[in-house]
Amino acid sequence: MVDKTLELFDCGHRACGGCGAALAARLVTKASGTNTIVVSSTGCMEVFSTPYPETAWKVPWIHSLFENASAVASGVEAALKKQGRTEKVVIMAGDGATFDIGMICISGAFERGHDFTYICYDNEAYMNTGIQRSGATPYDASTTTSPAGKCSFGNKRPKKDMPQILAAHGAPYVATASIAYPADLMQKIEKAINTKGPCYVQVHAPCCTGWGFEGEQTIAVAKLAIETGLWVNYEMVDGKVVKAKKVVRKPVEEYLKTQKRFRHLFKPKRQDAEIAAIQATADRNAEKYAIDIKLKKE
Amino acid sequence: MMEITEGSHAVADAVRLCRPQVISAYPITPQTHIVEALAEMVANCQLDAEYITVENELSALSACIGASAAGSRTYSATTSQGLALMFEVCFNAAGMRLPIVMSIANRALGAPLSIWNDQQDSISLRDSGWLQFYAEDNQEATDLHYLAYRVAEDHSVLLPAFVCFDGFILSHTYEPIDMLSQEDIDKFLPKFTPYERLDAADPISFGMYATPDYYLEFRYEMDRALKGSKAIIQKAGKEFGQMFGRDYSAMVEGYRLEDAETAIVAVGSICGTTKDAIDEMRDEGKKVGLLKIRVFRPFPTEDVAKALAHVKRVAVLDKNISLGAKGAVALEVKDALYGSSIPVKDYIIGLGGRDVRKKDIKAIVALIEKGEGDMFYGLRREVL
Repeated sequence: MVDKTLELFDCGHRACGGCGAALAARLVTKASGTNTIVVSSTGCMEVFSTPYPETAWKVPWIHSLFENASAVASGVEAALKKQGRTEKVVIMAGDGATFDIGMICISGAFERGHDFTYICYDNEAYMNTGIQRSGATPYDASTTTSPAGKCSFGNKRPKKDMPQILAAHGAPYVATASIAYPADLMQKIEKAINTKGPCYVQVHAPCCTGWGFEGEQTIAVAKLAIETGLWVNYEMVDGKVVKAKKVVRKPVEEYLKTQKRFRHLFKPKRQDAEIAAIQATADRNAEKYAIDIKLKKE
Repeated sequence: MMEITEGSHAVADAVRLCRPQVISAYPITPQTHIVEALAEMVANCQLDAEYITVENELSALSACIGASAAGSRTYSATTSQGLALMFEVCFNAAGMRLPIVMSIANRALGAPLSIWNDQQDSISLRDSGWLQFYAEDNQEATDLHYLAYRVAEDHSVLLPAFVCFDGFILSHTYEPIDMLSQEDIDKFLPKFTPYERLDAADPISFGMYATPDYYLEFRYEMDRALKGSKAIIQKAGKEFGQMFGRDYSAMVEGYRLEDAETAIVAVGSICGTTKDAIDEMRDEGKKVGLLKIRVFRPFPTEDVAKALAHVKRVAVLDKNISLGAKGAVALEVKDALYGSSIPVKDYIIGLGGRDVRKKDIKAIVALIEKGEGDMFYGLRREVL
């Protein structure tokens, strides 16, 4: 049993106040425990947690490059196997490293079937370099490379479905989680770590700086993503969705209105068609994962 | 035991004797025979290693980084485009001070695409912090692997190493080779003892980022370790010689150089051809000798200066070109001879697999005697 009272991601790191990714690191290491080796990609988390000679990691940790965390983890896993060691290998990478630049490495490592858990902390853009769009950026979000303007509503494409892609690689366990639901998140991490083979957990980790909200609102914003159906917490075992968190859905604008990255949808004038398109995304999610709680009429 | 073996298979055999625990490589011509041979050894339980069949070279070396940091001896092999794809990872492995050994079956870089030999690939990584050994023949190619592991893993060095041997010219050529036994190598190459490793019992962080307050010092320490590796190469090379009769203590080797008036400086398999050409020129009364550079990084500046101090002229054969400047070997030799009045001329030769024959070496000697050089040798002007 893992002792969840241990803090293995120490305080004193340099993340922004209210950083969702820092909370993800804390929860993930609590769930994975001391018998873990963490492999990180280049990104916010790597930078705010390891300015030499300080480190926030109380478990062994390695960072090599932006795109190669899953290849590095493949090597760590192979070496542990050869040496007869028992540590679990956990990757922690951002969405840029996962959805975009690391895609080849990830595909290779999942296809080879290494025994590791890949955790993507998904803050939906390149935050470390100053909020540029990634393959995880949602439709209409304004970033510095997909800015809303006179003839643009921001990011033109929907979020890439990374969990499906990895499930298609034959990953035995794939899950999505949110920092707003820590018990659920930790349970999923434990499940992934204890499942043999390459497992994937995508953690929704709002970024107050990049999304434009006050640091004390991080959990509330993350919760609204779930409650509107724009983020669905679910589990896939052997490629099949076995469980999804049900909600009484709220309209998407309750979520959109909390963040500056969607401000252009409401000011200077309300963009009904765009908001409706985003609502349609939430509706499709709700149908696909059957998350709607139907309230019985007395 | 003497065996007649293909270069790649001999190298694979030498790697097996080094007992790597994790091998990670991606096939590329003309390196493929090495990784095929190693895969076969693993499949037949002749080599007890994890063999990771990665999806590209970037991942090949990245997996070696993970395995080495976790405390295992690791091996990879590549060439040309594969090495270019590893560019970022090469700098990273060296910066993390991981003693990975990688064979380079030297090949030209595109465009235009060429599968044939020159040394542009590894030479282009000269600033990455890797040791660079170059073999003249396949005996040396095998022996340098034992030496490379021994030196790279020394705790005063802790830097990765290339063992370079010319693609096709050596990799696909059968030669008689004295293959050492496992017992021999176990005596020469101790078990890998990592200086630090990823270990849950003693957590440390690898690969942190450095602010301007620290970065310069990291680079200084790498440079100091690489320069310091000369002493380790000399010691280990001498010991190898005492044990097996082939002394690799010298980073450069002279051939009929003692009384030479014209010195040729060369790297790799071209040295063999050059020696034969020198023998014939000597018979004609020409005082020509060779200085072979076996270790290009760390560069043996003092050894080169000393070995060439007495000659009247130096012709450097470069199987690479730092476009817009000169061949990389010539630049180093000129640096070594800075302040002397000995003229050094550069000859860019054999790029992309163009054959270099004895007559070419003789022609270059004739050119430098006339003071002509700093040129691409053997240009087919009719196709320009």
